[in-house]
Amino acid sequence: MANEGRQVVIPGQVLGDISAFRPGRGTFVENKKIYAERLGVLNIQDTFIHIIPLKGRYEAVVGDFVIGVVEEASTSNWMVDINAPYPALLHVHEVPWEIEFADTEKYLNTGDTILAKVLSVDESKKLQITLNDRNLFKLKGGHLIEFEPSMYRRIMGKKYSMIEIIQKYTRCRIKVGKNGRIWIDGDAEGIHKVLQAISKIESEAITFGLTDRIEEFLKKDAKDVR
Amino acid sequence: MKSDMELITSEGKRRDGRSPEDIRKIKIEAGVLHRADGSCYLEWGGNKVLAAVYGPREAVPRHTQNPLRAIVQARYNMAAFSVEDRKRPGPDRRSVEISKVISEALERVVLTEQFPRASIDVNIEVLDAEAGTRCAGLTAAAVALIDAGIPMRDIPVACAAGKIGGQVVLDLGKEEDNFGDADLPIAISPRTGEVLLLQMDGHLTLDEFNQAFDLAVKGCHIVSEIQKKAIMHKYQSAAAEVQE
Repeated sequence: MANEGRQVVIPGQVLGDISAFRPGRGTFVENKKIYAERLGVLNIQDTFIHIIPLKGRYEAVVGDFVIGVVEEASTSNWMVDINAPYPALLHVHEVPWEIEFADTEKYLNTGDTILAKVLSVDESKKLQITLNDRNLFKLKGGHLIEFEPSMYRRIMGKKYSMIEIIQKYTRCRIKVGKNGRIWIDGDAEGIHKVLQAISKIESEAITFGLTDRIEEFLKKDAKDVR
Repeated sequence: MKSDMELITSEGKRRDGRSPEDIRKIKIEAGVLHRADGSCYLEWGGNKVLAAVYGPREAVPRHTQNPLRAIVQARYNMAAFSVEDRKRPGPDRRSVEISKVISEALERVVLTEQFPRASIDVNIEVLDAEAGTRCAGLTAAAVALIDAGIPMRDIPVACAAGKIGGQVVLDLGKEEDNFGDADLPIAISPRTGEVLLLQMDGHLTLDEFNQAFDLAVKGCHIVSEIQKKAIMHKYQSAAAEVQE
């Protein structure tokens, strides 16, 4: 691809004709023309047009790993904020612990952070999440920061290259949720560097060669590399 | 100020030096607030407007939710210091009406069916007023909605036309609005030409109305270009800086 940056599109912008292209996510069709429906970066693969959003709320998809914050504990379930437009339900059957009726608060309470997976999304966007899977647990300690959910892929990098670089140079434990939340645990200096790197990625997301620049940035004052 | 002052000369020159088809100077900046999901600051002549968007988020109270689509709740508010005599703070008859018409105009372009049960909240704060604040507010709200990443069919835009000293003119200024014959604010979807908002104050003949309407549509298209430039400027510049 050329190096002049990617094309930013705005809602209502004509992207092409239905006869030549196939419309994908972030587009809509009117009178046989394809239009952009949101602010984002245009992506054309062969005849397939879709838009990678630059901003916007997290849209839950079944199977996504998300970081949630417990909002409320009821007798048989918890309501968890996963940064989506709607709170997600976590039922007692979906946690790895045996829980007696009305004992939910002993295990998870308001403010607790969990690494969960989206279990189901119904047509009225009612969400359910689960803790019953490998690598899903309650997170203890650490820091929680937020980023634009649409930047998830940029933060992870191709085949996780970006996140591996960040982990390598900062020696922090990092968990990235698809819902725009990152949990970091490590020493203060490391956490500070992760924060800097993430904000750099966010502000330069629509440019090429970002992974190399982030590595350079982290390398500058890295003392000991694992 | 006398009501018999000359608002427009026989040569078609207005009090601030504009010709009948000129709009006031517009400045738009997107993404000015960090706590809001999307925001916009707009200056339109002497108007200064700040718009902030939150959501989509679950609509509360529950009975306001629509199980099939999102609702758009705009709140237009004038700051106490926005007018010459202090405005009593809080919603009044006028601001409730403007909030309603702006909400309905925006709801028409937002793809609400993607967010059932949700609410998209738009706060429009008028910091300084000089005629045409509802147009300025709606124009700013549209930019803030895009900045929030909300899916929309088009970018709505508003502009007013009116009649002063017997002549149809574009974008009324303060004296022109106060002492003119009529004011016709409209909002359109510039891509389709669909009318999203149309109000009128004063008297116009049918011919004058048609003339004023066409002029206001023309004004909307001028403002629309400024809107688009502002959004592009905000998001394309980030890419350009690093390309050096």
